[in-house]
Amino acid sequence: MLQELSWKVGGQQGEGIDSTGKTFSSSLNRMGYFIYSYRHFSSRIKGGHTNDKVRVSTVQRFSSADKLDILLAFDQETIDFNGHELRAGGVVVADAKFNPVLPANIADDVILFSIPFTKLAEQNGASIMKNMVALGATAFVMGLSPDFCAAELQSKFGKKSQKIVDQNLAAVQAGYDAMKAQGQDFPELHLAPATPDKHLFLIGNDAIGFGALAAGVKIMPAYPITPASDVMEYLIKKLPQVGGVVVQTEDEIAALTMTIGASYAGSRTLTATSGPGLSLMMEAMGLAGMTETPVVIIDTQRGGPSTGLPTKHEQSDMNAVLFGTHGEIPKIVLAPATAEECFTATVDAFNYAEKYQCPTILITDLALSLASQSAKMFDYDYVTIDRGSLADPADLAKVVPGEMFKRYAHTSDGVSPRVFPGQKGGLHHVTGVEHNEVGRPDEGQANHVKMMDKRLGKLKGVELPNSVTYQGSENPDVLLVGVGSSYGPIGEALERLQQAGLSVGHAHVHVLSPFPVKALGDRMKNAKQVIVAESNATGQLFHLIRFHGLSHPEMQSYTKYDGTPFVPGEIENKVKGSMIEWQR
Amino acid sequence: MAILADFKAEKPTWCPGCGDFGVLNALQRASVELGLDPEEMVVVSGIGCSGKLSAYFGSYGLHSIHGRSLPTAQGVKLANRELTVLAAGGDGDGFGIGLGHFIHAMRRNIDITYLVMDNHIYGLTTGQTSPTSDAGMITKTAPTGAVEEPVHPLHLALVTGCGFVAQGFSGDIVQLATIVKRAIAHKGFSFVNIFSPCVTYNKQNTYEFYKSHVKKVEDDPTYDAGNRFAALERVTEANALLTGVLYEGDRVTFEDGHAKYSTKGLATQEHTLSDDDYVKLLADFR
Ligand SMILES: Cc1ncc(C[n+]2csc(CCOP(=O)(O)OP(=O)(O)O)c2C)c(N)n1
Ligand code: SF4
Ligand SMILES: [Mg+2]
Repeated sequence: MLQELSWKVGGQQGEGIDSTGKTFSSSLNRMGYFIYSYRHFSSRIKGGHTNDKVRVSTVQRFSSADKLDILLAFDQETIDFNGHELRAGGVVVADAKFNPVLPANIADDVILFSIPFTKLAEQNGASIMKNMVALGATAFVMGLSPDFCAAELQSKFGKKSQKIVDQNLAAVQAGYDAMKAQGQDFPELHLAPATPDKHLFLIGNDAIGFGALAAGVKIMPAYPITPASDVMEYLIKKLPQVGGVVVQTEDEIAALTMTIGASYAGSRTLTATSGPGLSLMMEAMGLAGMTETPVVIIDTQRGGPSTGLPTKHEQSDMNAVLFGTHGEIPKIVLAPATAEECFTATVDAFNYAEKYQCPTILITDLALSLASQSAKMFDYDYVTIDRGSLADPADLAKVVPGEMFKRYAHTSDGVSPRVFPGQKGGLHHVTGVEHNEVGRPDEGQANHVKMMDKRLGKLKGVELPNSVTYQGSENPDVLLVGVGSSYGPIGEALERLQQAGLSVGHAHVHVLSPFPVKALGDRMKNAKQVIVAESNATGQLFHLIRFHGLSHPEMQSYTKYDGTPFVPGEIENKVKGSMIEWQR
Repeated sequence: MAILADFKAEKPTWCPGCGDFGVLNALQRASVELGLDPEEMVVVSGIGCSGKLSAYFGSYGLHSIHGRSLPTAQGVKLANRELTVLAAGGDGDGFGIGLGHFIHAMRRNIDITYLVMDNHIYGLTTGQTSPTSDAGMITKTAPTGAVEEPVHPLHLALVTGCGFVAQGFSGDIVQLATIVKRAIAHKGFSFVNIFSPCVTYNKQNTYEFYKSHVKKVEDDPTYDAGNRFAALERVTEANALLTGVLYEGDRVTFEDGHAKYSTKGLATQEHTLSDDDYVKLLADFR
């Protein structure tokens, strides 16, 4: 019996591969298994290979598996393209329609079963149900009951018609029976039962959208872009229910400036984008910094530069997010690592943005934003709404008519109370031009220095809570440092290395600005060797650590930038390799 | 009730005689005559000499970035529909770098008023060609005369479906104030293009030029401001040298088109989800 299993379905884009993966994953999630599902897709709508790699586990996992146990193929390309991932003894179940064959580069003992998915689907009503037939065949291999997906199908089609549900279930049964008729049983591929806990099943972007609702967001101006669009699409459905609205803007410049206008006028507002849109937002980001307007920007990183790899994973926007916009402004940059944290970090982002009155960017990566994953139930008690420093109406009443409210009053912590237009006694001016306390342009030398210090001082010396998490030995031989979705693969590599008796640690960075110099520095001090693992070509996190004055004599950068996220085995091998290297 | 002095703020630094004084004046008058409260108004401006308007007008003011007054102003209005929101800027700001936003603001039809101080030149950057500079005009960046066809803002507005299209002249503050009043009162996006001479860098489009060339539609009893296509024809015939309300019609605003969208300002509304909503929303994720 397996505690976890890795399964993949593949075929041509537009053929229902996504919904096959979704039905499979959701059904198992409902049974209490933990799912991590990562889609391979291309920037085209129909045609082209696509697949969904699903990890099913009795414990929570945040990464795809290194190997594959079961491959479900709707075309030969799927077998040729993914066959090398199969472990020895793995199983391929393919549609008999295309006369599948195993390629030469496949592991020993991989067995191919050719099942007439399409034909059986046609016999049961319609060829589009070939996916259901395939799921039935899989169920048999994994030792699941053929009605494992009944609840999911009921909730998906039940409202439309019971007939559709029944037809689909019949197709699943047909696939199950056909597989059984092959006369082979697969006890080594049977899944251990799950504890029937209730988990959420969602993508990171859903967690961000939900977090935004919980944080009281009412407005989202945004321009569609992969892999950010889901946040917008989720909120388009939900915001009207709370009296809010999504505006599909003409571009990202409009998206961010509209966000600034709405935040200035008192609404909690966010926008979401990816690399190309982030570049367009740079000038406006400076306006938010200069005018001390709290805005929340979601940047879901994809492969760059330029249009780059729109549907592939990368972590290469960190420099742009941190150092982008001309001039110098304070910025908060949060980098969640899991779907749960996408929720909490979004809630935090609004509180920080309003507390420090500066742009706050939540940076994710494609794997985190788009992987469908099981998540522990979100904790409502986590949600607090802190609107930061707001002017006291009693003080506003004291503003002499004809005088302006000091929106940029100098205070001990640099944060000045806000008012919203429409408030009595709050008249003031806001500008991206250097200004005085009431917001009037002021180019004076002393004023500029004082105002720069005020704005930048808001984050000086600040280390936000939980900005670095740590697992592993207190004084590790090798310390792994990562950010974003590599939390999963690094964490799992750590587990395996520890099981192998090695002394390792994993420090994960959850806040890129203000940079957790102390929290990370403390971990680096205790390590003999440091490896910074990240998904970009130039080692942006590696250099950021050094930029902040942290150094280590044995510090190396480990980068991957082929468009796919790390899997645990890669990190594991890297650590083993560098330990041998180091001992020499 | 607010008086003229309430709408005054800092003393303008425009060149003496700059057309933008007239625009500021007309806006102040219109605001008084409409009985507006400066604390319930926001003027969002772009960058340019014209963009300084927000600092000189006595309401809440937001000086945005070059070309982006419109999306910023739309954001303000969305956050609080109870406010009177204006966007203001120059011809370069609105028809050059910000032209895309202009078209989309008209499509979107959020209830704000847009004042463009069209001096056919880049004032603040000291005299370069603007998108409305006449063909042949000699400027710093067109020493042998501009060769590009100018942008035609009134035509653009009329064909884009803008619900309120007007043109004024800062040499006629009385007419301009009347136009601005109607523009603010109009429900939906309203656009007022204003001939606002730059006395320093544009020796071609001067007060004298406009005084002798511009015709007021109020003086023409045959002018029908309720007919978009007729307006297009008249504007074309007059080489756009017409002032007054050129077109006004009814269109559903963005705000009203989103039936569930809050009619009250969002700043002070409940931000916390109810337990019930929280549970219901999470039930989607299975
Ligand atoms: C992104 C950007 N590009 C260029 C500038 C420089 N700039 C400031 S104002 C301006 C043009 C001003 O012309 P217009 O909008 O017609 O305003 P006017 O000064 O004539 O009122 C330019 C190019 C800028 N501020 N920002
Ligand atoms: S340069 Fe022209 S537009 Fe600018 S203030 Fe002077 S006259 Fe007005
Ligand atoms: Mg101009």
